[in-house]
Amino acid sequence: MKRYIVYRMLQGVVLLCMVATIVFFLGRLTGNPVDLMLPEDATAEDRVSMIKALGLDGPLHEQFLIFVNNALHGDLGTSIRMRQPAVEAFFDRLPNTLAIIPWALLMAMVIGIPLGVIAALNRGNMIDRAAGSVAVLGIAMPSFWLGILLIYVFSVELGWLPSGRMGGPAHYVLPVITLGAFLVAGFMRLIRSSMLEVMESEFVKLARIKGMSEAVVVWKHCLRNALIPVLTLWGVFVGNLITGAIVTETVFAWPGVGRLTYEAVIFRDFPLLQAVIILKAVLILSINLFVDILYAYVDPRIRLA
Amino acid sequence: MSIPASVSPKPVSETLRPLIPAFAGLSRFRRASRRRGVPWIPIFIITVMVSMALFAPLLAPYSPIDQTLRDKLIPPFWVEGGSMQYLLGTDAFGRDILSRLIYGARVSLLVALLALIAGGGVGLLVGIVAGYVGGAVDHVLMRLVDAAFTFPAILFALLLSVTMGQGLGTLVLAISLLLWASFARVLRGEVLALKQRDFVALAKVRGCSSARIMLTHILPNVLNTFMVLVTLNIGAVIIAEASLSFLGAGIPPPTPTWGGMISDGRGRIAEAWWVALIPGIAITLLVLSVNVFGDWLRDRLDPRLRQL
Amino acid sequence: MSIAEQGVAIAEAPSDDIVLDVRDLQTYFFLRRGIVKAVDGVSFALRRGEVLGLVGESGCGKSLTALSIMRLLPKGSARTIHGEVLLNGEDILEKTPNEMREIRGRKISMILQDPQTSLNPVFTIGEQLREAIFRRTRGRTREVMREAVAALRRVDIAAPEQRLGQFPHQMSGGMKQRVVGAISISGRPEVLIADEPTTALDVTIQLQYLKLLKRLQEETRMAILFITHDFGVVARMCDRVAVMYAGRIVECGPVDQVFDNPSHPYTQALIASVPKMTGSTERLYTIEGQPPSLMDLPVGCRFAPRCPYADQRCLAAYPPSFTVGAEHTADCWRMTAA
Repeated sequence: MKRYIVYRMLQGVVLLCMVATIVFFLGRLTGNPVDLMLPEDATAEDRVSMIKALGLDGPLHEQFLIFVNNALHGDLGTSIRMRQPAVEAFFDRLPNTLAIIPWALLMAMVIGIPLGVIAALNRGNMIDRAAGSVAVLGIAMPSFWLGILLIYVFSVELGWLPSGRMGGPAHYVLPVITLGAFLVAGFMRLIRSSMLEVMESEFVKLARIKGMSEAVVVWKHCLRNALIPVLTLWGVFVGNLITGAIVTETVFAWPGVGRLTYEAVIFRDFPLLQAVIILKAVLILSINLFVDILYAYVDPRIRLA
Repeated sequence: MSIPASVSPKPVSETLRPLIPAFAGLSRFRRASRRRGVPWIPIFIITVMVSMALFAPLLAPYSPIDQTLRDKLIPPFWVEGGSMQYLLGTDAFGRDILSRLIYGARVSLLVALLALIAGGGVGLLVGIVAGYVGGAVDHVLMRLVDAAFTFPAILFALLLSVTMGQGLGTLVLAISLLLWASFARVLRGEVLALKQRDFVALAKVRGCSSARIMLTHILPNVLNTFMVLVTLNIGAVIIAEASLSFLGAGIPPPTPTWGGMISDGRGRIAEAWWVALIPGIAITLLVLSVNVFGDWLRDRLDPRLRQL
Repeated sequence: MSIAEQGVAIAEAPSDDIVLDVRDLQTYFFLRRGIVKAVDGVSFALRRGEVLGLVGESGCGKSLTALSIMRLLPKGSARTIHGEVLLNGEDILEKTPNEMREIRGRKISMILQDPQTSLNPVFTIGEQLREAIFRRTRGRTREVMREAVAALRRVDIAAPEQRLGQFPHQMSGGMKQRVVGAISISGRPEVLIADEPTTALDVTIQLQYLKLLKRLQEETRMAILFITHDFGVVARMCDRVAVMYAGRIVECGPVDQVFDNPSHPYTQALIASVPKMTGSTERLYTIEGQPPSLMDLPVGCRFAPRCPYADQRCLAAYPPSFTVGAEHTADCWRMTAA
């Protein structure tokens, strides 16, 4: 178990290095990154002093070493627009994103998992088909559009809920639904297909032979096994949530890291974007590591291997 | 009494070569029973959208770019204040939404086509090489695939749009990043199975080179799967394109894109809902149609891919 | 070998008290392409404390007969459309699902074929045993756990206290199957259906497992329906044997009678195809041809197309059951003369 965690951590570090390297080289793809990093009204002297400061007059490998060294010291550059260290800007906004992601995940689990189980139990009949249609629709709707649609219906027309910005609990409803909707469909489909597979297995038959009630057979014996594929795909879901947060926060003017990413893109704030991407990689990898440990808990075959 | 004294080492069934043909066909039946009819409605919608893209200049009643500020924010014809002149209304610059929608289909479908060729092609290559060559090559390539799965490609796409500048090329490259890994993973599995088949062994015996076997024996056999993957991913690509356009990382204005149109309209959702909501309906309809069509095609061509 | 030992077990006369009486059971698959008559009129009776072997090739409907009795047919196309399954005189096919659940495990239980897949991989052995025992006793955790330890000890598992905390993948196949056995009989059933319980085990462990089952059966006096394709196992385990072919029982009788005087040509062929341990290296006997498609069964005897003795009569109509000896019947027209 310990070895497993260490192994996964090492993998994460390698992946992080890859991301950082790619980001570094993408910045140099179109010439001197200083042009990406300087505000438009910068003078020629600003340019020269920045090149000096970042060591950009040296050869590429030296530049890379400086970049890595700075990164290790928590310096990923300064945001052009906000004139603030990019890392600081990221961590200022992070709590706001983390305030909606768990709710979206919870919503996806609370709705998606039972729906998938119910669809599997009713395989082929009207309930299954209805659930399937909802899932297909959920996947086909771009979430930024769903968000706008929700604003139109619930804020503009009905006036029930606020249309954006942070605030009391009511402010959370629409962003969470928007962010979670995509996952609901994914969870439902995945749980349905893995439930169908598990329900055919021999140990389920043995549980029935023992005389276990249908509820125990389905929600304990089947579901616990059907959850394993969901956990293996957790990494993908986390990635989805982080990217989903970009459009969701943009639509709802939610001051999280997703909105920060959007601002970095539209204001061409390269240092900020670079920092945001690397820090998101760290975030995704840490969540993945956490899930791996959780996974090992659910599936003893891994825990004890 | 001639009772055989011990547990027989070989089950009787093996010597009897048992077989019930009826059951052999059972799993095939299950698949067949799930087979749905031809999805005519999605095919119709796809055809309409493709025609829109192909014949945009002929179909669009107005220029998608020229602004007629006098006619700004006119609602669609069925809403009070709307007119038959602009069937789906106009946006804040007085541009005809219908015309922009028609031209927007071009961008969506062109990007989807190019990205699927590029990303799918790379995935095809990686999948075949990893699966066939195996060993260290396979290991390295698959770790890359894992990495690509863990890290959302959309983030790189955004970065690319800032460093390389917005444009068709950037967009296609960005979306290809999104695709190649899933193609590679599925196709590699397929190749691993094919590698065990007799005709590959025979080709080896005949002295064919690895490259030749991959090209003439493996490739044609994974094309079915490849086509299914392509159809199943069209929807995801269209949504990715729309999302990037919405975030200001797509094809720059004034070229009309569906995602861009939604972005334009979202600030005026209270007074002019049609600007933002109508393009979304187009995206949803198209994605829904290609997904339903893709599911159907998969069931027809390659039911084993059901897990995808 | 130990023929003498077995002789003792067989000699112990079973009572006339019938626990399980299956009458004209028909279970079909309803497919779009047609109806598969997988179990087509199976009748047999199981006495208290008796071991009845059900023998036949795989696919002849043995396992489906068992699942029909348990009412655990695969969801979807399979259905039992006719027949009675009398457990202590009550037809369990008429019971509601809830009543059936009460019966399963406590009155009638089953051991599945493959120990590798029969246990839930995500729960400990202890948890899987606990569930079953708790259902019967509703006792306190400590008592239930004590009973779980005893259940494992009864199936010869060493250090049962430690095993309770382990997961299935930490055990060998033979040990898993013993755990499955412990779980299956933990409700103290009157009838146990053992569906090829040793097929998936190593040959060396098979014998050990059969001995264990035999011992448990003698201790608890439960009746066992022992499903197998192996006549050698029948000889070792069973008091009586029923031979099944293409969805029907073609011959049924006490084991020694059937072995001494196999009356159905299919039984004869099956017995002939068991390799004997007499040392001779003669070619294994095989039956020409294949069983009929269960979707398109012949009007007459189902074995006729492969039978060396088949004549017009066999092709024209399915034979009735003829009495061959005491409790010994065979469905074969050749028995008219006898």
